[in-house]
Amino acid sequence: MTFTLSHFSAAVLFALFASVVFGITQRNTTMEQIRYGLYCFALFVGGVFAAGWVMWLLRR
Amino acid sequence: MAKTSTEKAATASTPEYPLTKMAIIAPIVGWLIPGAGHIIQKRYVRGILLMVSVVAMFLIGLGMNGRVYGPNGGDILEMLGFVGDLGSGALYFLARIMGWGQAAAAHATADYGKTFVIVAGLLNFIAAADAHHIALGKKP
Repeated sequence: MTFTLSHFSAAVLFALFASVVFGITQRNTTMEQIRYGLYCFALFVGGVFAAGWVMWLLRR
Repeated sequence: MAKTSTEKAATASTPEYPLTKMAIIAPIVGWLIPGAGHIIQKRYVRGILLMVSVVAMFLIGLGMNGRVYGPNGGDILEMLGFVGDLGSGALYFLARIMGWGQAAAAHATADYGKTFVIVAGLLNFIAAADAHHIALGKKP
């Protein structure tokens, strides 16, 4: 089975799964794990938007 | 009261986290079957979340025509890719046996697919190390 994801959806899926693993493995309590997972996800997706705007500015 | 030299020697020889049988088995099982290292230690929710994350990343990577590296690529980057891929344990061996991830890259996102497959393996290494820490008692 082959499927094509857009660059953005691939980045969001990557951020989601990596954040779940980081949250579970890098913190001890459940609340800390959820908070750290959300923090990582926000940084990943925020990084995607930041890189997108940098590329837009470079292209102008 | 100050410790005697015998007490100090006894404290030094006893490790803080003694190596148990589970501390050896859990990371191996966790490497072979993503998340299973946590599940056999009764951390069911964590184990299932890890399993879903690693397996989904691996399968999405294959679905995007991501390449699965062999052990004898010759090039240093291919060897590093192989080490990353190997982290997925049984998924990697299954992919090699079935011949998955050998198709030529047909579109740009195939490079993302390769990255998904490698990162799935690297995340599984972290999960296996976490299972080891839980078994040692370093982590609840």
